[in-house]
Amino acid sequence: MDALFLSRLQFAATTMFHFLFVPLTLGLSVLVAYMETKYARTGDETYLRMTKFWGKLFLINFAVGVVTGITLEFQFGTNWSRYSAYVGDIFGSLLAIEATVAFFLESTFIGIWIFGWKKLSKKAHATVMWLVAIGSNVSAVWILIANAWMQSPVGYTIRNGRAELVDFGAVISQPFAIVKFIHTVSSAYVLAAFFVMGISAYHLLKKHHIEFFTRSFRMALTFGLVFSFTVFILGDLNGVVVAHKQPTKLAAMESIWETQPAAPVYMFAWPDEKNAKNTIEIGAIPGALSLLAYHDYDHVVQGLREFPAEDRPPVLLTSMAFKGMVGLGCLFIVLTVVGWFKRKRLLESPGYLKIMMYAIPLPYLATQLGWLLTEVGRQPWIVYGLVRTEEAVSPVAGYQVAVSLLAFLLVYGLLGLAGFSLIAKYARKGPQIEDEDAAPADGSEGEQAQPA
Amino acid sequence: MDLQIIWFFLWGLLWAIFFMTDGFDMGIGSLYPFLGKSEQDKRLMINAMGPLWDGNQVWLITAGGVTFAAFPRVYAVMFSSLYSALLLILFALILRGVSFEFRNKLDEPRWHKVWDTCIFVGSTAPAVLFGVAFANIFQGIPIDREGIFHGTLLTLLNPYGLLGGVLFLVLFLQHGALWLSIKTEGELHERAKRTAALLWPVVLVTAVVFLVSSKFATRLYDNYIQQPALFAVVVVAVLALAAVRLFLFRGELFRAWFASALTIVSATFFGVIGLFPNLFPSSLNPRYHLTAFNASSSPLTLKIMLGVVLVFVPVVLAYQIWAYNKFRTKVNPEELGY
Repeated sequence: MDALFLSRLQFAATTMFHFLFVPLTLGLSVLVAYMETKYARTGDETYLRMTKFWGKLFLINFAVGVVTGITLEFQFGTNWSRYSAYVGDIFGSLLAIEATVAFFLESTFIGIWIFGWKKLSKKAHATVMWLVAIGSNVSAVWILIANAWMQSPVGYTIRNGRAELVDFGAVISQPFAIVKFIHTVSSAYVLAAFFVMGISAYHLLKKHHIEFFTRSFRMALTFGLVFSFTVFILGDLNGVVVAHKQPTKLAAMESIWETQPAAPVYMFAWPDEKNAKNTIEIGAIPGALSLLAYHDYDHVVQGLREFPAEDRPPVLLTSMAFKGMVGLGCLFIVLTVVGWFKRKRLLESPGYLKIMMYAIPLPYLATQLGWLLTEVGRQPWIVYGLVRTEEAVSPVAGYQVAVSLLAFLLVYGLLGLAGFSLIAKYARKGPQIEDEDAAPADGSEGEQAQPA
Repeated sequence: MDLQIIWFFLWGLLWAIFFMTDGFDMGIGSLYPFLGKSEQDKRLMINAMGPLWDGNQVWLITAGGVTFAAFPRVYAVMFSSLYSALLLILFALILRGVSFEFRNKLDEPRWHKVWDTCIFVGSTAPAVLFGVAFANIFQGIPIDREGIFHGTLLTLLNPYGLLGGVLFLVLFLQHGALWLSIKTEGELHERAKRTAALLWPVVLVTAVVFLVSSKFATRLYDNYIQQPALFAVVVVAVLALAAVRLFLFRGELFRAWFASALTIVSATFFGVIGLFPNLFPSSLNPRYHLTAFNASSSPLTLKIMLGVVLVFVPVVLAYQIWAYNKFRTKVNPEELGY
């Protein structure tokens, strides 16, 4: 069996699975820290119960995210050893910095947060959650800098038969990295916001804990509204960076085959990769791609035919992932803007609440599509323009990878099932009185009038 | 001093800290089915390591990351040649990690049983496999000039490799029993103390057999014979192990645990010093050895990483020591986090 193909599948499966849990960790850590800060400042018990309820969901999600992240730290060595040896001088140091600077912070303080309710003052305990949130988010900075380097290698020279670092500043400050970080983290915040809004909507529809879930919904709404726009604006900038650094990805995103000025965006296009053309092209908006990618209507966009077939990424997958992601991104803006106008009368908007409840999976889909676009669109390169994916694979036997891939599918499948079922179970259950600290009885709250 | 030499020993230090910290988690997890007689005992055992295990585990991630950053060829060859062994360790750690969080989320005996098994296997397997892996590295791994592995998982399960596995396991069991005795009261506390006392002679015998076998199975002693002063590390290891017995006998459990930590660190350094300058020696031909000199990153990367490590590792140590200090008191059955 082919170790290359299986390793690619395994990497895709394990990374995408890991990223089912990462965005919620990034976003919900910030929201929970904010809730707890509100509690520490005001002493309002509802904020404490919000912290505990959303914190519990956060922790189940966090556990799966952390353990599946371990795999990624080692997978470059197990399955991509030629890549690791070739670019470790740069790429390896970014991962090591991530572990030392950020992952320790996140992992050490999460333990203190779980166990420290009685050992720390209110303020100190809230600060601990901020440290967890900072750790997670700084972790994302370094991982995305590392990924940006694979998309757009800078600050290196080829020496001693490998890529060696010459300019660390260039690696950590390139626009690709900065734009990618803000775009990715914003998308994670949107996901967390939709998660909180969706679960809150479920309970508001049942008229459970109205005060509790109205407050949660509104907090998440503000968060989601801001970051739906951020993710969109940065997505646009990301396109500009891609246009400059990765012409094949840009062309594949929009299935543009011919080099042309005023390149269009198609509402729908079905690429025929063998004959290097589109079978179906519907709704061309002339100049839209040139405008989006170069902020210049007449700018020439290179078509895929410009590049030899072996240098082109899979066009269908790249373009569909792109279109799906952008469509969902627009939808998130619409949903949060609508929500903003309904925020004071949520209970009278059951239709909207229902939509928000069913919208929970959509940001998950959008973030997965985003990564598909990023990684599939980079092919056939593992480091764009520098190392091909096929040159990067480890000299391991195919059967070894086949066995580990099957094991991953099995273990991760069960883990995902267990994790999401637990999240669903506790989400449905709603806030509970966990200890004597959470003073007001739960049931009474449902009858309370919603404050204006 | 040469950057590559500094990095060689930093590499060893990070592995040593990982074994010293997560070692007691793996130990408690391995003792779990034997000492956890009742549901209450089991929960106390999980909560004894609860606040700390996650931070402890990051030392592994850092050791791996630093291998990647400072010695990319070692990272590439070590993890691809030990593919199956490493993936077994990863699966084990994955299952162990989620077990702590998942186990008490459902109140069903069958659900508990699944995660109980995962805690046991997820702790014992890595403890043994890390020992097997390091003992094999001490011996040399059948890798060729290209770093391609000529063997299978079974190649690693040779007598010396297995002995390494047993040594790591018993060291971690003792370490775990001591931490458990610090964190518990009553019946469980007594059981943990008795277990530690029972394990001590086993550790001693295994360690002696391992030290003697190393003379025949490896070239670890070459460096020591050239520089007899280095035998100080072995002396420290022996004294530390003796101190475990002494403090345990006196009921000074914290000190016993520290002595056990020192035993693990000095045992790791016994191997690391013996390996120098090899990080991943080949059993086929000495010319294929991956060393601190032929497998390292560029001087610039080594310098930047040294800066990062010198600034951040002390910070990490500071907040982790603070965390240990906060959570060294007995587990309160009224406030269980897991």
